[in-house]
Amino acid sequence: MSIKDLVQGAEYIAKSMGVTLKTLVTEAPNTVEYPDEPVAIYPRFRGRHELRRYEDGMERCIGCALCEAACPTGAIYVLAAENDPENPVSPGERYAQVYEINLMRCIFCGDCQRACPTEAIVLGHNFELAQYERVELILDKEALLNPPTPNVVIRPDA
Amino acid sequence: MIATIIVILIKILVLLLILLTGFAYLTYMERKLLGRFHVRLGPNRAGPFGLLQPIADAVKAIFKEEVVPGHIKDKFIYLLAPVLTMITPLIAFAVIPIAPDLTINGYTAHFYIADVNIAILYIVAVTSFAAYGVILGGWSSNNNYGLLGALRTASQMISYELPMGILIVSIVLASNINAGEGTMSLVEIIERPRPWWLWLWLFIAFIPFFITMLAENNRSPFDLPETENELIAGYQIEYGGMKFAMYMMGEYLSMIVSSAVMVTIFFGGWKGPLVVPGTWHGVLLGFGWFVLKVIAILFIYIWVRASVPRIRYDQLLAFNWKVLFPLSLVYMAITAVMVAVA
Repeated sequence: MSIKDLVQGAEYIAKSMGVTLKTLVTEAPNTVEYPDEPVAIYPRFRGRHELRRYEDGMERCIGCALCEAACPTGAIYVLAAENDPENPVSPGERYAQVYEINLMRCIFCGDCQRACPTEAIVLGHNFELAQYERVELILDKEALLNPPTPNVVIRPDA
Repeated sequence: MIATIIVILIKILVLLLILLTGFAYLTYMERKLLGRFHVRLGPNRAGPFGLLQPIADAVKAIFKEEVVPGHIKDKFIYLLAPVLTMITPLIAFAVIPIAPDLTINGYTAHFYIADVNIAILYIVAVTSFAAYGVILGGWSSNNNYGLLGALRTASQMISYELPMGILIVSIVLASNINAGEGTMSLVEIIERPRPWWLWLWLFIAFIPFFITMLAENNRSPFDLPETENELIAGYQIEYGGMKFAMYMMGEYLSMIVSSAVMVTIFFGGWKGPLVVPGTWHGVLLGFGWFVLKVIAILFIYIWVRASVPRIRYDQLLAFNWKVLFPLSLVYMAITAVMVAVA
């Protein structure tokens, strides 16, 4: 260990300690206090699925099961039924009597929303998907039509 | 006689309370500061600003199941080791004065437990017992990693005690200046006036002394006995629950004690502006200055941990034997000449 090494080592340590001290003094924490503060996401973030309605309250889904066909993991199950002409559920001839999404299989690829002709099924912004029971991870039509409000904001740079 | 003993016992209780609270909040301070160094928040969930975090940690450690792994042969030593590590810094604190004396109605109250005339020697002797705690813990764990950690501790702590001892000798030598005779009592070292050039000269010794203290306390960047990535915590590997917490307590308490020692011998202990010895406000202010100085040095400990990566084992020993040891000898020689001339 020569004198030169020693001086250089001291210089490097001084430099590194300067960097850390500067960080301590000047930089505010980057932490997002998540449950207290919403998470900033991009608008095209793919989270929990939602089934949408038209403005008049009619369901967009027409029970065509194209999403079921497009799903690479077979997470979607659609059982279509004929609309009652007196009291239609959707504007088309048919509607989805049963619409289930199995979140344990879903890979959130978004192929279902791309396949949907009426933009009924979309991937929302909610990512808080943990449940205590497996059965709660199978979303039925009720859950899909009434999605919870996600704890997120859109990133300002998006 | 009885009264004296009771006064001493009360002092010990109060000091223990201060030190253990200090330990708890030192962990908080370290985690909070390291968080800020890493541009994150640090603990902030338990209580306002996470202030109750140390209490939550303590409760968790206390209520953990005490497990003694089956492969441990010598249970007595296994259980004794963390205790040794924890109590030695507490014992060492007895001779450190934390505030100036106070005289009321002819009775003088001292803010230290004992004024021993070999106080520095006492501290060196007692704190080196902490090494036994680590070595015995690593050995009795009956585990390869534990033993490797213990071996590293043995050579590291004993090697670094040499420059530390020599620097302490220099400080004791320097206490001769303007006094005629040297002293090892910390109370007297604080009270002796020093010329300004002596403050500066002793401050030069602070940096190498601080480095040896980093090594003595197994602090980063010299935390080789407990390297997470090579030895998976070394000597602590077979310890859990309160036993592990006691090792942690030992580590942090020895940080506090070495900071207090450094404050006492390099920065004048409780001395500071506006401190009038012998009065109430003098005592409070003196204690405040002492605590402030200790916290400042603890901040440097944490700052170093956040900045400097762990060094290799051969570098650790080479730095000690080839740099620190000769430098401290030179320093001692120059101090001796200064004492002879002044």
